[in-house]
Amino acid sequence: METLDFRFDSKPVPRAADPALCGVVGSGNLEILVKSGIEPEACRVRIKTSARGFGETWRAVLDSFATSHPAGGTVIAINDMGATPAVVTLRLAQALAEYQGGGL
Amino acid sequence: MIASLAARHSWFEATARARLAGLLDPGSFSEILPPAESNPSPHLALLDLPGAFDDGVVVCYGQLGKRPIFAIAQEGQFMGGAVGEIHGAKIVGMLRRAAQEKPAAVLFLIDSGGVRLHEANAGLIAISEIMRAVLDARAAGVPVIALVGGSCGAFGGMGIVAKLCSAIVISEEGRLALSGPEVIETVAGVEEFDSKDRALVWRVTGGKHRYLMGDCAMLVEDDIAAFRSGATEFLAGWSEPVPSVAHLRAGQQTLENRLAAYASYRDGLQVWAALGVAEPESVPLLDRDALVALKEGLPT
Repeated sequence: METLDFRFDSKPVPRAADPALCGVVGSGNLEILVKSGIEPEACRVRIKTSARGFGETWRAVLDSFATSHPAGGTVIAINDMGATPAVVTLRLAQALAEYQGGGL
Repeated sequence: MIASLAARHSWFEATARARLAGLLDPGSFSEILPPAESNPSPHLALLDLPGAFDDGVVVCYGQLGKRPIFAIAQEGQFMGGAVGEIHGAKIVGMLRRAAQEKPAAVLFLIDSGGVRLHEANAGLIAISEIMRAVLDARAAGVPVIALVGGSCGAFGGMGIVAKLCSAIVISEEGRLALSGPEVIETVAGVEEFDSKDRALVWRVTGGKHRYLMGDCAMLVEDDIAAFRSGATEFLAGWSEPVPSVAHLRAGQQTLENRLAAYASYRDGLQVWAALGVAEPESVPLLDRDALVALKEGLPT
């Protein structure tokens, strides 16, 4: 298992459901818990993943997400069981939509 | 047909949280120890495995048909719904609380292969505590209804727990047994049981077989709404005597009679024929309503 910590600049996101959870720690899947943080213009992410050595891939996926979605003011915790970048992006969008009260 | 399938929300494919969302009265779900307030298993972390915030089980208050109930839902996609120390403690806590607070029922959404082997003795102890807590809740007058229809079924220790509940509601997709098919094949050989033969696995452990054998009180469609209406209907008319040693002895006798009658059979087809089913080979293709009608027409 590997633990990864990241911080990205991101536009503030409005919150409705805090905390929000989506996904399951199953094979090729992950769970994402979104909570409110103290920095309104930043998104902090902590990942625990079963797959070692993919830190740069995580950084790229999360950076792209934090740029394309307003995610500032959140702290995101992820438990991962080998999800692909596409699944990670989908779940992040799902979790953030739920955090804003919408769901997908 | 296509419209009705589109309207259906499969219990088998849903997560534990999605099942609860569709099972309970809307807005009544109130989780105890939600993910943001709990910690993943320390045992899995020691083994370098990622845990889940809720350790694979959701415990909550809720309502069913406006009656207060407690619910416990195992997540089969996380480690096969297996019972570890925290997972087990959450279930035991909920059952003990039910014995004190006496809700109308505990709904136990079982989806588990049994003990989480990574947590060894802690998991085994948890299972035995769950067994005792189920019986204590029932002795306090709270029915515990097992709902079985997930991808992991109810196996190992959780198979025993399911049978200790007041009643079991199962779908055709649900499975119930002690040793899982792969375990039997590994221990006794493929001649004894071919775990790759999915049709055989379902003919021996699946919901239809369990319902025909009288192991499950109700057979429902693989549909969250069907589990909801089944559980509601069931609770409305439910009463049971307090569990007693005499009851357990009678149950034991039934099992011994079953063993004497069917021990030499290799397949559900043979058992169904012995039960009086005229065309046993047609059973796997029957829909839920036709199978219930067939069961009601069987000699007793």
